[in-house]
Amino acid sequence: MLSSRKARKLLKPPVFLICILPFFLIFTDAFELTGNLGANPIEEIQDRLGNWGLRFLLLTLMISPLRHITGQIWLTLFRRMLGLFTFFYILMHFFTWLILEQSLYIPAITEDIITRPFITIGFLALLILLLLTITSTNKMQRKLQKKWHKIHRLVYSASILAVWHYWWQVKKDITEPLIYAVILSILLSYRIWIKYLQKNK
Amino acid sequence: MLIKRSSTIKSSEITSEDNYLNRRKFIQSSTLIGGSLLSSKLLGANLPQEPFAELDDVKSSLYSTDEKINNFLDVTSYNNYYEFGTGKDDPYQNGKDFQSRPWSIEVTGEAEKTGIFDIEDFVKPYLLEERIYRMRCVEAWSMVIPWVGIPLADIIKSFKPLSSATHVRFETLHDRERMPGQKSRVLKWPYREGLTMAEAINPLPLLAIGIYGRALPNQNGAPIRLVVPWKYGFKGIKGIVKMSFVKSQPKTSWEMAASNEYGFYANVNPKVSHPRWSQARERRIGSGVFASKQPTQMFNGYGEQVAHLYDGLNLRRHF
Repeated sequence: MLSSRKARKLLKPPVFLICILPFFLIFTDAFELTGNLGANPIEEIQDRLGNWGLRFLLLTLMISPLRHITGQIWLTLFRRMLGLFTFFYILMHFFTWLILEQSLYIPAITEDIITRPFITIGFLALLILLLLTITSTNKMQRKLQKKWHKIHRLVYSASILAVWHYWWQVKKDITEPLIYAVILSILLSYRIWIKYLQKNK
Repeated sequence: MLIKRSSTIKSSEITSEDNYLNRRKFIQSSTLIGGSLLSSKLLGANLPQEPFAELDDVKSSLYSTDEKINNFLDVTSYNNYYEFGTGKDDPYQNGKDFQSRPWSIEVTGEAEKTGIFDIEDFVKPYLLEERIYRMRCVEAWSMVIPWVGIPLADIIKSFKPLSSATHVRFETLHDRERMPGQKSRVLKWPYREGLTMAEAINPLPLLAIGIYGRALPNQNGAPIRLVVPWKYGFKGIKGIVKMSFVKSQPKTSWEMAASNEYGFYANVNPKVSHPRWSQARERRIGSGVFASKQPTQMFNGYGEQVAHLYDGLNLRRHF
């Protein structure tokens, strides 16, 4: 078994680099060094960032069950990092929408957040992730104690909202959001099942 | 996910937009000078077998916009054609091997003349016209595309529809082997579209057989497709194999898929939102990452020609 100290030293830097790679690829693709962003670059950037945000969110939710199943304690080391990357990608997704898609045109932005349900729920998910990010430090964890766990359970609501946001946005072909929804339901059911087992001990 | 846009035709083979515009001017002036001299030669559209093949004797049209034309790569690598997949570059990627010959079009229903026609014979009696139209997608993006085709009105008249015909209905080829996207049940196949008779005989709708002075590429609807510039792009049915004159409003594919979101008329209208997004503004493809969206015009800017078709019609209800 890998010790936590060794895992931190050996794995953290490469994992960090891998996590930031999709973000860098957007820039290198924009300059057509590694690929390109296609005919509608804004949509492409927005979609990629949103997709990666969702992937990181699901990866974050995978850490605890994986640790549970494999007994590899060191996996927890990566939970916060993946959670912060989730927020990073979702925030960049939001900024792309705000700046490039809407050109900071306030009336359109507020109208969309208020009247378009899929944007409303996406925005709510972002607010939850913001709260989780602010309270993610060791200091906050100590300060909030029991409340911290309660607050961080909001990640389940955020993940449901995020997948729903994607599902609702798609024009007709729901294949991709369906994949996310299936993975998310497995991850959430696992937790409910564990809870149930603990109760009936 | 990388979107590959390498083209099977070399960029050097593609007429650049500038040359392309010059070429247009040339045709325009030559028709003006020697109109009668050329007219005998102009009669009869020749449809080449191969996509991308250059089209001869294309006359220009007063209905064309002088807005900046989108580049060839954007027009041929970013569009919706669910018969080849639901991704924006799927039509380009999965349409490469599509064989659009032999091809015939069946004309049926309430008309004096009906029958099955070979595509070459179908277009033969007409003059080819270039129409540079704005294309507004229901997804709130737009392009300016130089189509080449035949005014639908001319074709309709030649079949002499009966007075009982109120609508024209179109169908796309239904062939799961040649159109792999039809293996998915994302839409009911074949793709169906329709127009009222008044819309169909308006001078704007075009049955297009080309873009940029060349035969239609597969991904854009080879060998023949509809272009209705004041309506959302999905009305522009591609790969047409059937045209029927019918007695009532036909069901269209997107209406069948989600009638609360897509109506029969589908006129471009900035005041009527899609239930999930606004239609007030649009992103012009090719305008760059930092350009802001532009306001969408009523009837996509073709109100002068078509607004009268909808007098007294509640456009909010009949969206």
